[in-house]
Amino acid sequence: MDLDPVALSRAQFALTVMFHYLFPPLSIGLGALMVLLEGAYLRTKDRRYEAAVRFFTKIFAVNFAVGVASGIVMEFQFGTNWATYSRFVGDVFGSALAAEGIFAFFLESGFLAILVFGWNRVGPKMHFFSTLMVFLGSCFSAVWIVIANSWQHTPTGFHLVGEGAEMRAEITDFWAMVFNPSAMHRLNHVLFGSFIQGAFFVMSISAFYVLKKRHLEVAKRSFTFALVFGAVSSIAILISGHSQANAVAVNQPAKLAAFEGHYETGPADMILFGWPNDETRQVDYAVAVPGMLSVLVHGDPEAPIRGLDEFPEDERPPVAVPFVTYHLMAMLGTFFIGITLLGLLQLWRGKLWDQRWLLRIFVLSVVGPYLANQAGWVAAEVGRQPWVVYGLLKTSDAVSPSVKGGEVLTSIVLFGLAYLALFALWIYVLNEKIQHGPEDPEKLGTPPSGGSFVDAAVAAGDRALTEADAIPVASTSSVARASGGE
Amino acid sequence: MDLTDLHVFWYVLLGVLVTGYAILDGFDLGVGILHPLVKGDRERRLVLNSIGPLWDGNEVWLVTFGGALFAAFPKAYASLFSAFYLPFMFLLFALIGRAISIEFRSKVKSTSWRTYWDHSFAFSSLVVVLLFGVAAGNLMQGIPLDARGNLVGDVRDLLRPYPFAVGALAVVTAALHGALYLHLKTEGELQERIGRLRWPLFFAFLVAYLGVTIATLVLVPHATRNFDRFPIAWVVVVLNGLAVANVPRAIHHGKPGQAFASSCGLVAALVFLFGMAMFPKLAISSLDPAHDLDAWNAASSESTLGLMRWIAFLGMPFVITYTAIVYWVFRGKTKLDDFSY
Repeated sequence: MDLDPVALSRAQFALTVMFHYLFPPLSIGLGALMVLLEGAYLRTKDRRYEAAVRFFTKIFAVNFAVGVASGIVMEFQFGTNWATYSRFVGDVFGSALAAEGIFAFFLESGFLAILVFGWNRVGPKMHFFSTLMVFLGSCFSAVWIVIANSWQHTPTGFHLVGEGAEMRAEITDFWAMVFNPSAMHRLNHVLFGSFIQGAFFVMSISAFYVLKKRHLEVAKRSFTFALVFGAVSSIAILISGHSQANAVAVNQPAKLAAFEGHYETGPADMILFGWPNDETRQVDYAVAVPGMLSVLVHGDPEAPIRGLDEFPEDERPPVAVPFVTYHLMAMLGTFFIGITLLGLLQLWRGKLWDQRWLLRIFVLSVVGPYLANQAGWVAAEVGRQPWVVYGLLKTSDAVSPSVKGGEVLTSIVLFGLAYLALFALWIYVLNEKIQHGPEDPEKLGTPPSGGSFVDAAVAAGDRALTEADAIPVASTSSVARASGGE
Repeated sequence: MDLTDLHVFWYVLLGVLVTGYAILDGFDLGVGILHPLVKGDRERRLVLNSIGPLWDGNEVWLVTFGGALFAAFPKAYASLFSAFYLPFMFLLFALIGRAISIEFRSKVKSTSWRTYWDHSFAFSSLVVVLLFGVAAGNLMQGIPLDARGNLVGDVRDLLRPYPFAVGALAVVTAALHGALYLHLKTEGELQERIGRLRWPLFFAFLVAYLGVTIATLVLVPHATRNFDRFPIAWVVVVLNGLAVANVPRAIHHGKPGQAFASSCGLVAALVFLFGMAMFPKLAISSLDPAHDLDAWNAASSESTLGLMRWIAFLGMPFVITYTAIVYWVFRGKTKLDDFSY
């Protein structure tokens, strides 16, 4: 049997990077929420926030460990499977990876030790500082890796040295490399995507507790924080997505054409649903807003958008995968905005906690950001094909010449098994942690004092839930504000 | 050796990263190798938690080494990792398995669950150290690389006696280093039990150390060539001897801190000797010396090396500060609490 090392190496990269990317977005998003919750604890000294942070720390630690375990592969896989690529981009890509190691990984892993194991060893302020540093470290990591990847999409700040297989890119302008045309758009998008991941994760677990009437005090506070954070991030990512799509129209027109199933140059509709058909070069079953894509990109429904026909056949990306994943991501993004705004509305009306159907949707919605983050990356990376570095190096020329198909198959099986076990364990331990739940805030020490907006919201919900024990909302919240301002 | 030369600077900095990794992950890997020798769940948890907050950060030295090698010497990064493809995949597999074992072992109370992960933890630690040693031995002996730096032949060319001897040395060194660390971090009866492991481990180390030294002098003649160029390096050989000699002395006088410091020194010295055997080469081709990769022909552009030097100058003080803070916070004897593994 003849095993194709290119196809297998691509499959292996897809497997390892997609598995890895289940974890970092949650580290970033959950990290952000832990900073907010622990900040609230420091400010109000309310033990319910501390209980929430302690609880999410345990989940964060497991998530982080699985992320590191699967991430080590990524650091070396460029060399093992993509040696020609590594020689070509070492100057540029390697620098970003090294900077990630020095600036991000040490920060993250160092303070993670204090965040997870240091509760009884350092004071609350130092602990908060550690949480903040871990969060910053995970953001720095996103910064450098997105810069490196964006350079593959929109390479700038370099010149080419050497000929043929010996050719390599060398940096001529570091800042032009760092701020390559797509880097900042994509970084925003990745960070907001991660924030949404964290928010929906916290909302899912908290909604589950509210439904089960367990840990209500902690769950409602966590939910409210995550809901506000998730709503803001969902709206922000729409704006970031729009500006990013406009940049793709300029920088990688072939990719935009694949996203939108736009085969022929001309005015373009915005297709909401459909299935691209490479035979007829049309989108079947399309439901579309006529001229809308032209409006979004050029502000004119008649303005032509470049179609796939403008590119030589061997430089066209496949259409089906980018089209479907891009549309899936966009639909999920719309759902995130809708559901969080609905949640906010119900919270404001004081009815959120007894809308069991809505809470059930929130429990299940955690799957959404996982799918959307994966789908967005698949769209971006498959949409770049057949290039590994856009316009410069083709994926098929980038593999390691000395590595044989059989060896790659062996490593795929190896990682497949490891990841299967890892995934099963992660789900198992996550379930254990959720079943166990946060500690009782009363046992953590001093009795809770009032919060602010969140307390008012939670109290409002309580009133709706049990009318008999109605609490005068206005007075609690004003007391809360007074005590919150100490 | 001119450190103002960017190529030399990066070669040395990579050496520093490897040394940091060998000393730090060395002891936690060693703890993993010794873990099954400790009986009882509470004792095993204490042993595991002695490295609990630290092992993850220690591994970052390896990851950063990977990134730095990619940035500074991309051709070596590409050639070496694709040449060692299968062994490297097993190494990554073992590192993942080890992380899983540490993370999940204590999450369930069942005895069979814990026993399984204990075995997995020990075995993966052993495999990681062994493979690092085998890789180092292969690098010193040379591997069949063609003119473009790609491996000719396959993995069987890498399975030779000398690299396995170096692998064995790596295993006993890590075990000794780990035992001295554990002796420092434990107390009472557990400490006594670990204390009894130190002498056998030290003598095993001594035998492996002398054996590999002799094998190196016979089989890898170029290993000592650099001592003619840089006679000052003999100072490190003397210090290495002193560190080795100080381990039994410190054990005998009951000074666990000094014993562990000495084993840190001897690990650093071994890495240094490895560097001396290689410098300025990053990969030696057994086919033709013209195919060798060194700090010049495998390097990135001068401007990238220069820029990355600033990143290193900017970043390394922070790295050392974080490391110091974490080791300071978790100083003293290991205790179990709610957040332990």
